[in-house]
Amino acid sequence: MSNPLVDMEKPDVIFCIGTNMTECHPVAATRLKKAIAGGAKLIVADPRRIGLAEMSDLYLPLRVGSDVALLLGMAHVIAREGLIDQDFIENRTTDSDGFLEHLVEFTPTWAEEISGVPAKDIETAAKWYGESGKAAIYYTLGITEHICGVDNVQSLCNLALMTGNIGREGTGINPMRGQNNIQGAGDSGALPNNYPGFQSVMDPANRAKFRELYGREIDLDKGITKVTALDLCGEEIRAMLIDGENTLLSDPDRAHCEHALKSLDHLVVIDIFLTDTAELADVVLPATAFGETDGVCANTERRVQRVRAAVPPPGEAKPDWWIICELAKRLGLTGFDFSEPQQVFNELCSVSPIYAGLDWERIENSEYQWPVPDKDHPGTPRLHEEEFVNGRGIFSIVRYRDPAETISDDFPVWLTTGRRLQSYHTRTQTGRAQGIDYLLSEEALEVNPADVEGWGLRDGGWCELSSVRGSVKVKVKSTNRSPRGTVFASFSFSDVPVNILTGSGYDPITETAELKVCPVRVEPTDEPSLGYNTYTIT
Amino acid sequence: MNPPVPKQTETITLDGKEITFTEGETIYEIAERHRKEIPTLCYDPRLEAFGGCRLCVVEVEGSRNPVASCTTQATPGMVVRTGTDEIEKYRKTLLEMVASENRELDVNSLRGYASQELTALVDRYEARTGRFIGAQSGTSNTDDKNPFILRDYDLCISCYRCVRVCAEQEGDYAISVMNRGFHTQITTEFNGELRDSACTFCGQCVQTCPTGALADKKAMRAVDRPGEIEKTRTICPYCGVGCSIDLLTKADRIVGIHPAMDGPANEGALCVKGQFAFDFVHHPDRLTTPLVRGEDSELHEASWDEALDRAAGGFRQVNEKHGRHSVYGVASGRAPSEAAYLMQKFIRVGFGTNYIDNCSRA
Repeated sequence: MSNPLVDMEKPDVIFCIGTNMTECHPVAATRLKKAIAGGAKLIVADPRRIGLAEMSDLYLPLRVGSDVALLLGMAHVIAREGLIDQDFIENRTTDSDGFLEHLVEFTPTWAEEISGVPAKDIETAAKWYGESGKAAIYYTLGITEHICGVDNVQSLCNLALMTGNIGREGTGINPMRGQNNIQGAGDSGALPNNYPGFQSVMDPANRAKFRELYGREIDLDKGITKVTALDLCGEEIRAMLIDGENTLLSDPDRAHCEHALKSLDHLVVIDIFLTDTAELADVVLPATAFGETDGVCANTERRVQRVRAAVPPPGEAKPDWWIICELAKRLGLTGFDFSEPQQVFNELCSVSPIYAGLDWERIENSEYQWPVPDKDHPGTPRLHEEEFVNGRGIFSIVRYRDPAETISDDFPVWLTTGRRLQSYHTRTQTGRAQGIDYLLSEEALEVNPADVEGWGLRDGGWCELSSVRGSVKVKVKSTNRSPRGTVFASFSFSDVPVNILTGSGYDPITETAELKVCPVRVEPTDEPSLGYNTYTIT
Repeated sequence: MNPPVPKQTETITLDGKEITFTEGETIYEIAERHRKEIPTLCYDPRLEAFGGCRLCVVEVEGSRNPVASCTTQATPGMVVRTGTDEIEKYRKTLLEMVASENRELDVNSLRGYASQELTALVDRYEARTGRFIGAQSGTSNTDDKNPFILRDYDLCISCYRCVRVCAEQEGDYAISVMNRGFHTQITTEFNGELRDSACTFCGQCVQTCPTGALADKKAMRAVDRPGEIEKTRTICPYCGVGCSIDLLTKADRIVGIHPAMDGPANEGALCVKGQFAFDFVHHPDRLTTPLVRGEDSELHEASWDEALDRAAGGFRQVNEKHGRHSVYGVASGRAPSEAAYLMQKFIRVGFGTNYIDNCSRA
């Protein structure tokens, strides 16, 4: 997030797009609700009539995967109505002329044709966002999990740059991170393109720095992403070490993923449970869990916080850091002689410019948001206040592209996937917490009532959901949350593995999968008998 | 850019001392700042002041009756006395009456974060006198089958903190107040079970309840577990908001969660997962020993030495046979940063490649 969580209570206009915040980040959503109670206007763009849509002042029900069109339409109106912040553009940005020219053809009427959002509502949204003194954007995976995820994010950046809604209280471009330490994993350098602290691996100076630190020459080429690595399993990639990820259920195209992991010569999984992924491993190493591990996490607002052990781990489970060090030492590697996690964290701080002012003691009270470049620095709650990291904000020329697969006679319905409030990811944790089943015990496909009738389904009955890649049997839930022609399921339940169906394409830059769009066919079917396999793979 | 600091030029006299205040501050807030221990039951600093319990009354010169300090804003020149004999007597009587409405006063602290507030005040004011024997208020709704929230309204004192936290803090408006006086009842729409209401089971009502009338059913399973309750500050293991929580442990077991009121990300708020979905940690499915695949293609328990040798040996062999670009590492978005840092170091030092990623792409 460019801005801190406390800023969520301060905007005049809030634009939420591709975020089901009341279910996926409920505590952050309480701040938005306070802003709304205080008079802020809420614009929500989402294909589904989610909880946020119900509380919005303006709801933009866009067709899945049409975000760029909607956002171009809004940018067009902002430019046409003269709602741009000329001072900000002149002082803080570059490439605005080409961008403003580019916008001319993308009228709200054009955007309506693609997105299905009425042109007049696009006009209103653009005017509210553009006229506001303090407008903030919040988004989640509904923006990034598309073949055009980068285009989507850049479209949002364009809106913020042209109106100067960045670098100030109550503004900003704010992605909500989905996992407790997904920010920290990136900060720590677990990325194919960056050393710790987002230092590019392709910069020879950084390579020299890490050669010195690590005593080894490291490739100047960036590595491949996990997505590509899975594609190359059994070919270039022969061994994998996976820490705490149930890849098989969380990643798209389960068949492909399962085949990939099975074709490895050697798979080692570190986890707290024997997940579907761990079941495929040659060696499974038991890790300590939440409440059993001392360490550090970074949250969605870049706040660096301590996690603490309170109870001993079960049996012989060990902290992840210990396990990796032992593996490294057995391979004869040097630089892994750590006896406590604080030594590891302090080393991370010493090699990462954004953590340079931090150490284990200083983060005791969760006060710091990175970057913290030195010990005298108070931390950075708000990014881009004086200038952008690269100096000036760059406008991007973005065009609309269709999703990787679009609906057809064979697959006439849009499937979109996500999470629900009561279950988390693949339920390795929430599925093992008592009481959660009382609130949510099984998966159900959300279908618009008119479609339930039109497709010969029954509320509470069963259907077969098929894409090019396979089919899954799932219960039907009739609800107005789904618009006509679009259905929703979560990927949480292993007996309804919707990721058999997904995986039509990837963003060419981030290689993030298009998990939010998948053309499917929905047909009534009988309830599967006990023990019957509920899915097939084409 | 920091907001301008409000001027503090005006003063009041608080228990004989002249004290500056900020415009808009209530007498209660000023007194809190100066460590006056004014008793309250309906006050939660995160919520709009309510003025319901009347315990926070103070004497203000010129006012005929004591005023509720939580709802009275300071005005320049005000002369306030927070603990005169008369005020303290008034408070004791009030507590005696409140206590008389409830089935019991001593409730287990596992019921919730604020559950000891009434008990503590009754003891402080020596108000266990039984001077009033009146009707009891509130009717428990203990047949609500939900596994998280006990609705033991026999202990309700109508402070409305649950209703207000649900509305003001959560924005859920799942519960409201029915009837008046001794018949006051906290209820959902149509007086049904919580699951059928707008309740999201965030547990905020439980944690703000000052009497334990709303109680954490999961934590209460450990009431009879031997050992002292210990608290450990940590961060919720679910989404990326990073809510601060206090783990409640008893004899090496996590028995409950309290939201951290001073947590920077959440300021006391939590959701159903962070509040109630903690017990996976002690689930019998937890892996307790390393597992190694045997010649029969099954996974078998192994010692750490055996498993680590096998794991390392596999990477060595693959590296020797297929080259250093044949090994790939995936770091966790759930484990702490030390794990991610060492995963990337393992790949970079071990193989000289950047064949490392985390689970953020799917």
